[in-house]
Amino acid sequence: MQNHPVYTDNDPQNELSTLNLGPTHPATHGVFQNVLQLDGERIVSGVSTIGYIHRAFEKIAEHRPFYQITPLTDRLNYCSSPINNMGWHMTVEKLLGITTPKRVDYLRVIIMELARISDHIICNGVLGVDTGAFTGFLYMMEHRESIYEIYEEICGSRLTTNIGRIGGFERNFNTIAFAKLRAFLKNFPVTLKEFESLFNRNRIFVDRTKDVAAVTAETALSYSWTGPLLRAAGVDYDVRAMNPYSSYEDFDFEVPVGTNGDVYSRFLVRNEEMWQSLRIIEQALVKLEKEPTDIFHADVPEFYLPPKEEVYNNMEALIYHFKIVMGEIPTPNTEVYHSVEGANGELGFYLVNDGGRSPYRLHFRRPSFINYQMYAPMSRGMLLSDAIINMSSLNVIAGELDA
Amino acid sequence: MVQIPNEELLKRIAEKFDQQVTLVGEPYGLLTVETGREQIIDLLTFLKTDDALRFIFLTDITAIHYPEQEKQIGIIYHLHSLTTNTRIRIKVFLADGDVHIPTATTVWEGANWMERETYDFFGVIFDGHPDLRRILNVDDMTAFPMRKEFPLEDPNRVDKKDYFFGR
Repeated sequence: MQNHPVYTDNDPQNELSTLNLGPTHPATHGVFQNVLQLDGERIVSGVSTIGYIHRAFEKIAEHRPFYQITPLTDRLNYCSSPINNMGWHMTVEKLLGITTPKRVDYLRVIIMELARISDHIICNGVLGVDTGAFTGFLYMMEHRESIYEIYEEICGSRLTTNIGRIGGFERNFNTIAFAKLRAFLKNFPVTLKEFESLFNRNRIFVDRTKDVAAVTAETALSYSWTGPLLRAAGVDYDVRAMNPYSSYEDFDFEVPVGTNGDVYSRFLVRNEEMWQSLRIIEQALVKLEKEPTDIFHADVPEFYLPPKEEVYNNMEALIYHFKIVMGEIPTPNTEVYHSVEGANGELGFYLVNDGGRSPYRLHFRRPSFINYQMYAPMSRGMLLSDAIINMSSLNVIAGELDA
Repeated sequence: MVQIPNEELLKRIAEKFDQQVTLVGEPYGLLTVETGREQIIDLLTFLKTDDALRFIFLTDITAIHYPEQEKQIGIIYHLHSLTTNTRIRIKVFLADGDVHIPTATTVWEGANWMERETYDFFGVIFDGHPDLRRILNVDDMTAFPMRKEFPLEDPNRVDKKDYFFGR
């Protein structure tokens, strides 16, 4: 722990106690270490140490072809990996100038909004657990399971989904997926309503969360906060509305905004976002009815891996398969920044390409990393128990924090 | 909310900074300019505080390494004007051996960890940074792993040698 600023200078009488909160602690929901200096139960100062699960994704990405980087993005925010997957695909599509059919866009929107709901379910459910209300969490987790079952129908996996391909999806949505989606749209609002009535005006919950860790809009902007945290502080910045991608401009939805940026506002903003996501999914299902049902990827044989049966039986598919895998297709020698609205905020991909099969440099703008840096400074003067629920409501995901 | 056209934005910067800021290009509509480390903080402050531009939001700071260039290390800033929905990318190139640049933490608090990450992976020294330590890698690491000369895998490892696989 050399160079680690463990404080001795502000405590000459040795009256304060030091608490190692993390790296593995049941209240932190992930690998976060905070060395806190406590005066009784009040935090005097704190230092965050991160990087415990750093896996050098940016370095690995420089050695991998574009389509093999998707599984790396899964492991950023693993509570909503489809958003990361789609964000990456759209970055590459922007680089290559691929336009996707509307049906692909709408299917992507459905998946991304499901992912947003599943992420918010965890965050708000766990916030309830940390304030002592376990029931809501159990009610909500049931529906995360149904979301994962929808993923499973579409791509075969649940948590690290690797969903979709550059140009679209690897296979069409089957009827079971749509049936499960409709069942989810029918069942989830009932639970969400119940969840809200359990919490929103619950005296104990409101007392625990209101005015805790309140952040002004100026501070939030200065710390480059994005997502529900920034919106709870009163800034209506949402990438989906401001720089629409994947045909978000076709949808009618509201961007919920809070007033004082405290834990309670963030909770309400996330709940409202779930309602808006449901609205978007329902609109997408209506729009899908007007689209041809057999289109699930763009017509870009140079970049979209052909199905295996065709590779074995069709000359052209074999050639394209070979060219894609061996990286023999030229790509533009330029740079691109693309961002999507992740569940935690603006998830950006800065891709510098030199015309080869893998990126020259790839940088992930990870909202959790940028949001979390305020945690230690804002904990000063806070009660330890408040700092715990503040961490839950920041919804920092260790995979995204450490990349 | 009307996006500022790139020509107008460039003209406005040129009025203030003249030849010190040069145009690199507009890949995918994102204005990219290059400047030197002497005026980077002035430029960032100007972009943030100018009434017509108001690039109040720092999206990202990162770096890139071109080993074959004379100025090897590039620092890349992405700014976003939330009121006009305009983005800009600013690059500063530094020669290896003298990778010093003033910190942007004086303009945005949020630059703190972004600069620590850039230091951690590229060895860029941000002068005046309040707490320039490694952030994701271990404290006693000596290399800067995102530089191109740093290998992806340890060249000394033996467990992947061919003879273990009968080749």
